[in-house]
Amino acid sequence: MLDSSLQQMGSALRSRKISSVELTQLYLDRIAALNPALNAYLTTDAKVSLAQARAADALLAGGNAQPLTGIPFAQKDIFCAKGWRTTCGSKMLENFVAPYDAHVIGQFNRAGAVNLGKTNMDEFAMGSSNETSHFGAVRNPWDKHAVPGGSSGGSACAVAARLCAAATGTDTGGSIRQPAALCGISGLKPTYGVVSRYGMIAFASSLDQAGPMARSAEDLASMLNVMAGFDERDSTSLQREKEDYARALAKPLNGLRIGLPKEFFAEGLSNDVAQTVEAAIAEYKKLGASVVEISLPNSRLAVPVYYVLAPAEASSNLSRFDGVRYGYRAPDYTDLTDMYEKSRAQGFGAEVKRRIMIGTYVLSHGYYDAYYLQAQKIRRLIAQDFAEAYKNCDVIMGPTSPSTAFKLGEKGDDPVQMYLSDIYTIAVNLAGLPGMSIPCGFGAANNGNPGMPVGLQIIGNYFDEARMLNVAHQYQLATDWHSRAPQA
Amino acid sequence: MTWEIVIGLEVHAQLSTNSKIFSGASTAFGAEPNTQADAVSIALPGVLPVLNKGAVERAIKFGLATGAAIAPRSVFARKNYFYPDLPKGYQISQFDLPVVGNGELTIHVPASGKTEAYEKTVRITRAHLEEDAGKSLHEDFHGMTGIDLNRAGTPLLEIVSEPDMCSAAEAVAYAKTLHTLVRWIGICDGNMQEGSFRCDVNVSVRKPGAPLGTRREIKNLNSFKFMQQAIDYEVQWQIDTIENGGKIHQATILFDPDTGATRAMRSKEDAHDYRYFPDPDLLPLDITPAMLEQVRATLPELPQAKQARYMNELGLSAYDASILTATREMADFFEAATNPSPALPLSGEGVITPPLTRGGREGFAGIEAKLCANWLLGEVSAQLNRDGLDMAQCPITPQQLGGMLQRISDGTISNSGAKEVFRTMWAEGGDADAIIGAKGLKQVSDSGAIEALVDGIIAANADKVAEYRRGKDKLFGFFVGLAMKASKGNANPAQLNEILKQKLAG
Repeated sequence: MLDSSLQQMGSALRSRKISSVELTQLYLDRIAALNPALNAYLTTDAKVSLAQARAADALLAGGNAQPLTGIPFAQKDIFCAKGWRTTCGSKMLENFVAPYDAHVIGQFNRAGAVNLGKTNMDEFAMGSSNETSHFGAVRNPWDKHAVPGGSSGGSACAVAARLCAAATGTDTGGSIRQPAALCGISGLKPTYGVVSRYGMIAFASSLDQAGPMARSAEDLASMLNVMAGFDERDSTSLQREKEDYARALAKPLNGLRIGLPKEFFAEGLSNDVAQTVEAAIAEYKKLGASVVEISLPNSRLAVPVYYVLAPAEASSNLSRFDGVRYGYRAPDYTDLTDMYEKSRAQGFGAEVKRRIMIGTYVLSHGYYDAYYLQAQKIRRLIAQDFAEAYKNCDVIMGPTSPSTAFKLGEKGDDPVQMYLSDIYTIAVNLAGLPGMSIPCGFGAANNGNPGMPVGLQIIGNYFDEARMLNVAHQYQLATDWHSRAPQA
Repeated sequence: MTWEIVIGLEVHAQLSTNSKIFSGASTAFGAEPNTQADAVSIALPGVLPVLNKGAVERAIKFGLATGAAIAPRSVFARKNYFYPDLPKGYQISQFDLPVVGNGELTIHVPASGKTEAYEKTVRITRAHLEEDAGKSLHEDFHGMTGIDLNRAGTPLLEIVSEPDMCSAAEAVAYAKTLHTLVRWIGICDGNMQEGSFRCDVNVSVRKPGAPLGTRREIKNLNSFKFMQQAIDYEVQWQIDTIENGGKIHQATILFDPDTGATRAMRSKEDAHDYRYFPDPDLLPLDITPAMLEQVRATLPELPQAKQARYMNELGLSAYDASILTATREMADFFEAATNPSPALPLSGEGVITPPLTRGGREGFAGIEAKLCANWLLGEVSAQLNRDGLDMAQCPITPQQLGGMLQRISDGTISNSGAKEVFRTMWAEGGDADAIIGAKGLKQVSDSGAIEALVDGIIAANADKVAEYRRGKDKLFGFFVGLAMKASKGNANPAQLNEILKQKLAG
């Protein structure tokens, strides 16, 4: 059952081969056994999960089930879920119990899904290794000394270790795709505006986008069908006709034009990742696709542009965490300013403080034009690069991350090295395009360390999610990388 | 040594929407603290702003009413600073792209001791939408501060003028005209005590021809009287300071009504760097020509246009016209009262609302404008004053007043009868005709009845009649008094005079 697709689980539930309570209990038991070593979940609440499972069983028994009814999911701890502690990986919100449901949570609830718990993440989604979580790093289930990636590392780990049927993530600069790649699972960041941000704790509002993380493209499609849709509570949510993201899965890939950006296969990419990705491209050729070389000349500026814009927005978004109304407040202070300073100094971790300071700096009088405005201009150029590229190809492919999972602590002292692990994913957020990562093999084993998963990134044009899922699914029909599981 | 005064105003008008500018929470004044603070108002993690269209419509209305350009695209920006009553740590406002551009407002500066009344046009630089902050409550918390977020997110239109005013009188006239306008077009209730209309005044002085002096900003003036006092004090302080060899430093200052003095709140050195940037949670505000036209259609006739029409078409004096258009309520009352109520007999078919006329006797016509103006500015205003009511609370409806005026016009009641009708109407309500009937106030215009009455008086006062006929003309008044008394005051006075004169002549 743990290796079944969401569709298979759904039919098993509907045909009453297994009840949602049994399935939920199965996962809860696994979490109890494995989570202490993996640290994927920050909060579980068996009582609440099982109550949801019983409600789902009633729906299933009454023949009122939807495709995801009764299936247990993990939710990234960035989504407010009514009655659930919602920490965003921060000491600042260590004791914050959300009084309302995020849109994404509401959508899963309405679909009759079960919430297994809240998954660990980099603090306020700022990080690429999950090491910035106030609640300790998540371990990569393929190698417990390696990072799972970030910021949605807890979700990626939970999916890979079969601690949930699938999970949600959010992606501001690669936070779904990079951990998906490092943990050997599939993850999709939709076009900006496809999934409502309401109730998702903001990091960088113009880049943040929620998406599904699962074991296959087919599962991603089922989840996106539930997560996507217009929400009037988010002004940047897009008003579009409802679509079935699974509708094109079966389409053959004959005639598919794959663009390979030369900038993604240049210096900085490790050999084992390059070879694994090239093998995946070769597989696509076998499936009927053709390959064209493209150029994204401004993509080299994506990381610096991102580290101006994202911190700028974050510095403002995180101002509400001031110790006044909720969240952490320093125990001792002399006056108002002292209360602000101590609460924020003690409540935020180092990486969050670093980004607040960068963001405050680039928005300051006298620096705004040189940094923020300039970065916005380059952001448009980066989007134009993609628009130009899509004249000659249908999807763009390349590595998701320049290397496989690195060791815990390996990049801890060097933020720039850490930032570079998102070098291929960030441009996609800046352009607002949909991007995904699917497992395409394993890197080199060395020094007795196992070869770690490699992710293939697929970047689509705006609203091409159904096409991308088709491209990923056809590959997964022809290969079995996505069904490999780490040893428990 | 003469000094030139330079004044510009920033006015925060609270827009009269039922819900907040970025959420559905109520904006009603006076609720228990934090009962109108929803998830958005208290800035819970994850919540997002959604723009209230009603606030945008009101901003457009203001722009149209001041002849301003409405930006086809404007942008909301975040103004970042920390304060406990600012829950997000930033205020959503508009910065370099406001919704309303350059406009203007013509003001009427009343005569003062030295100068005659005059008109002046003040340029409006811009008007932009923004949200209000909450309130910090420093009393009742024993060394702590209470936070009430009911007001957080209330929609404001910040209206910024050019520094076009040269005296406290001009500044007050501008503020008053603006105050009338925002209420007139229905975008703000103008309640200054509740903070719905708050004025910040920038004041500087200079020698004629010299470049602009350094300004100081008097914050949060909530009455026109205080504005006048604060400016007068501040101007004198600045002149004294400079003449004593001092320098003016840019500062934000407060006016203390108890001492009548201004004092500095913070200097420019403590000024915040607000780190404005476009709010990524909100799309740019696009206003289509269709939306503009839709709003234009809801714009009422503006006070100045109405005033001109009352003078040109109704023949009212400039004074009457200006008072009648001082508030929307007064003008509406006037127009409703001068249009005969459908209940009155009309000479046409069915119910017709005739246009306002100068009065006279053109068909069934409206109530004479001048008669109505006299009553509104006379008895009605006096009674309202006495009872401490404003026009909206007037116990008499325009239809009731119009009904009474109709009966004055057609001679049914005398002026003294009208006053009694009015008093009764005010105290007890009821229509003029019913009151006239119940009180027997119908004027006696039947010459036979008046003759009989006069005959009786002549017969009963033979000695006085003889004296009168011998030349004691003064006695005429005595006979009028007796006759009026006998008619219980209802005799048509002109008719009575004529008949008396005739009969006494013998």
